[in-house]
Amino acid sequence: MSPSSPELLAELRAALAPIRVLDSPFEKVLYARDASAVGYAPPGVVCLPLTTAEVQACVRIAAAHGRPVTPRGSGTGLAGGAVPLNDPVVIVTTKMNRLVEVDEDSRTAWVEPGLLNLDLSRQVAHLGLHYAPDPSSQQTCSIGGNVASNSGGPHCLLHGCTSAHVLAIEVVLADGSVCVLGGPEPDAPGYDLRGAFVGSEGTMGIATKILVRLMPNPPTIRTLLADFASIRDASAAVSAIIGAGILPAALEMMDANCIAAVENFAHAGLPLDAAAVLLVEVEGLAAGTEIAASEIVAQCRASGARAVRVAATVEERMLLWKARKSAFGAIANIKPNYYLHDCVVPRTKLVEVMEKVVDIVESRGLIVLNVFHAGDGNLHPLIVFDRREPGVEEKVQQAGKAIIEACVAAGGVLSGEHGIGLEKRDYMALVFSAVDLEHQQRLRDVFDPARRMNPEKVLPTGSWCGELHHVPEGAWI
Amino acid sequence: MDLSLAPPSAAVLSFAEEVGATGPVAVLGGRTHWHVAGELDAGARLVRAPSGIVAHEPEELIVRCGAGTPVGELTEALAEHGQMSPLDPASPDATVGGVLSVGYSGVRRLRYGPVRDLLLEARYVAANGELVKAGAPVVKNVTGFDLCRLLVGSVGTLGLIGEVVLRCRPIPAATRWLLSVDADPWVTRRALFGASAVLWDGNTTWVLLEGYAADVDAEARVLSPSFTEVAGPPPLPAGVRLSLAPKALRGLSASVLGGPFVAEIGIGTVHVASGAPKVASSSNSSGDARVAMLNRELKAAFDPTGRLNPGRRP
Ligand SMILES: Cc1cc2nc3c(=O)[nH]c(=O)nc-3n(C[C@H](O)[C@H](O)[C@H](O)COP(=O)(O)OP(=O)(O)OC[C@H]3O[C@@H](n4cnc5c(N)ncnc54)[C@H](O)[C@@H]3O)c2cc1C
Repeated sequence: MSPSSPELLAELRAALAPIRVLDSPFEKVLYARDASAVGYAPPGVVCLPLTTAEVQACVRIAAAHGRPVTPRGSGTGLAGGAVPLNDPVVIVTTKMNRLVEVDEDSRTAWVEPGLLNLDLSRQVAHLGLHYAPDPSSQQTCSIGGNVASNSGGPHCLLHGCTSAHVLAIEVVLADGSVCVLGGPEPDAPGYDLRGAFVGSEGTMGIATKILVRLMPNPPTIRTLLADFASIRDASAAVSAIIGAGILPAALEMMDANCIAAVENFAHAGLPLDAAAVLLVEVEGLAAGTEIAASEIVAQCRASGARAVRVAATVEERMLLWKARKSAFGAIANIKPNYYLHDCVVPRTKLVEVMEKVVDIVESRGLIVLNVFHAGDGNLHPLIVFDRREPGVEEKVQQAGKAIIEACVAAGGVLSGEHGIGLEKRDYMALVFSAVDLEHQQRLRDVFDPARRMNPEKVLPTGSWCGELHHVPEGAWI
Repeated sequence: MDLSLAPPSAAVLSFAEEVGATGPVAVLGGRTHWHVAGELDAGARLVRAPSGIVAHEPEELIVRCGAGTPVGELTEALAEHGQMSPLDPASPDATVGGVLSVGYSGVRRLRYGPVRDLLLEARYVAANGELVKAGAPVVKNVTGFDLCRLLVGSVGTLGLIGEVVLRCRPIPAATRWLLSVDADPWVTRRALFGASAVLWDGNTTWVLLEGYAADVDAEARVLSPSFTEVAGPPPLPAGVRLSLAPKALRGLSASVLGGPFVAEIGIGTVHVASGAPKVASSSNSSGDARVAMLNRELKAAFDPTGRLNPGRRP
């Protein structure tokens, strides 16, 4: 990227503090990508504001210099959403990380966008409350990033994803103005601009303060691990549990490759000879939770489970979840690089699509681990590879494209929680017509007519119906 | 490559044709919320959205139906498979599309969330007569911008909904309404883990408990002994519907509100019998003018000639 003009830097340094405006090459490369391998672009300048007013100043100064803006939280995104394209001013929210105010009557809290997801739950724990959406990255991802991505997590099966837990958002718009979308009241007047903003991936403005809903901690939690000899049986159990009228808090699946990787890492006592395990959690009042747990045990057995283990202690439960959430750390033992996919298919198509996915990946001589939110049909095929092997990146890319097509062919969608970002932008025409996309563009243009916020993301640029079905230029560097 | 661009049904196509591309137009639903959000211009042509259930897929927890389907019909069809989609309008004659367009949630919002979270996919007719798809028939989806949320509560001013896919849930095994004339509604709500509703009229507190029978009974035991079983909720006054921050409900009274009321504790919706309440729905922050501008520009972007539901504004 071109170096930033001295005037731009001087104005930003005057508005913030010089120390919070970064432009050294060493610092800037830290903001060149997110947690995926999609896209790489060291930005010209990075700002670390402390307040809404400072965010406004950054946005205005960027506008005056004709520069776009890319908002950034913790940079854990997996769709290239925070990759700074078109030489933007990057605005990072990590220093705006306070829990501002808790209202116990309403069970809500105002938080700053840089507050980390798990820190929020930790800081309200003494009130017996927690923030329900729990992405696996919750120790490091920001609430602002969650809002922009409409993030999910294992416990979103019962409680819904981020949008269901966000009541109001203070937003700095592309013109530097600030306003509050939604509100503490149940039905804010006007259109649901709050709902439109959630999941907008930084293209409609920067969230600078968020009113979130908090949930009471469940008095009883039961966590079960069911061991299956085939993925088919495990998938049948998923349908059987839902079909029996039980909505677990979480319903996760891991396949044999994944079990091997995480067991080696987390030592949670997972069955190494299983083809698949289900990790199921039910929560609520004591009596109902026990009923649901025994019904789940029965459904798993009826679907062919070889064994079902109920975590006996809190420690055992935490260990099972550690195993589930450490899949990404664990793969480093197999290969140095990974590509994590995210798509949703109808639950009843899980087996069919998983078999296709394994075939797609293995026929190219690659390794895939499956660890995913089975309860909502949200697949996460994780391809591991070593980019130093000649030709491997191309194979990974081809496999990724074939996986997306298989999911869409099964009636699925491109993303359940990671977002479109840069990664899947050019696949949007697989699921939306030109007219559908044009309506999405209209919405974005109301918020940001000049398309200066996080340019080149989410919606395909140029011709809608073109055959742009390739991973964008610059990916995989 | 149009792998999943499932074509719209014949019913939706003919609905789009009927809406057409010119002239003021509005959808007639069950007429149960006809006067919400302003009076329709007299010149507007009335059309009806397709009615009927297209497919209920219990193992996917979704149902696809015409927007003109009466909620009562939907409720019955889902109940055959032990499920529900908690739209909960005041009258079962309200249509699915009508409830979504008006955006009012029922009293069980405390447990099931607002109606806006139920909509997974919508096929709507745009102002130029074109059919548009928002969302998809899956329970979790972040593919593109969330036009579904935008449609809910838009009183048909951005597009006319023809067909929807809704999220379903299992019907709770047990349901109990209880009432007390001297319980504190806030204390009551905090004492319970998961009430489906806590209603309060200034004197009396009603509580709805749902779930496994054993859980419902356990929660009922937590309540103060003054609670007794009742058949159902009180009638909700239908005059004015206020939307207040939940904490603003403390200290509400019939005299402040200008009439009898029922308030949804923990939510902030207040149903007032009549009159002009001296409390306004909250929100007067400095950004309000900017929000108003976004609202105007949104309307202009989706309906430049103002032909969709003229006279109405969310
Ligand atoms: C190991 C691992 C596990 C993960 N597990 C999950 C999971 O279970 N579920 C899930 O949903 N995701 C998961 N993710 C993806 C990621 O953590 C989420 O998308 C998260 O919400 C991103 O937050 P962030 O703060 O890192 O945002 P970033 O990556 O910094 O940004 C993400 C997007 O949001 C925009 N943005 C950030 N902050 C703001 C703001 N304040 N205002 C406006 N726009 C903003 C950015 O421009 C970008 O488009 C995982 C990632 C990793 C690395």
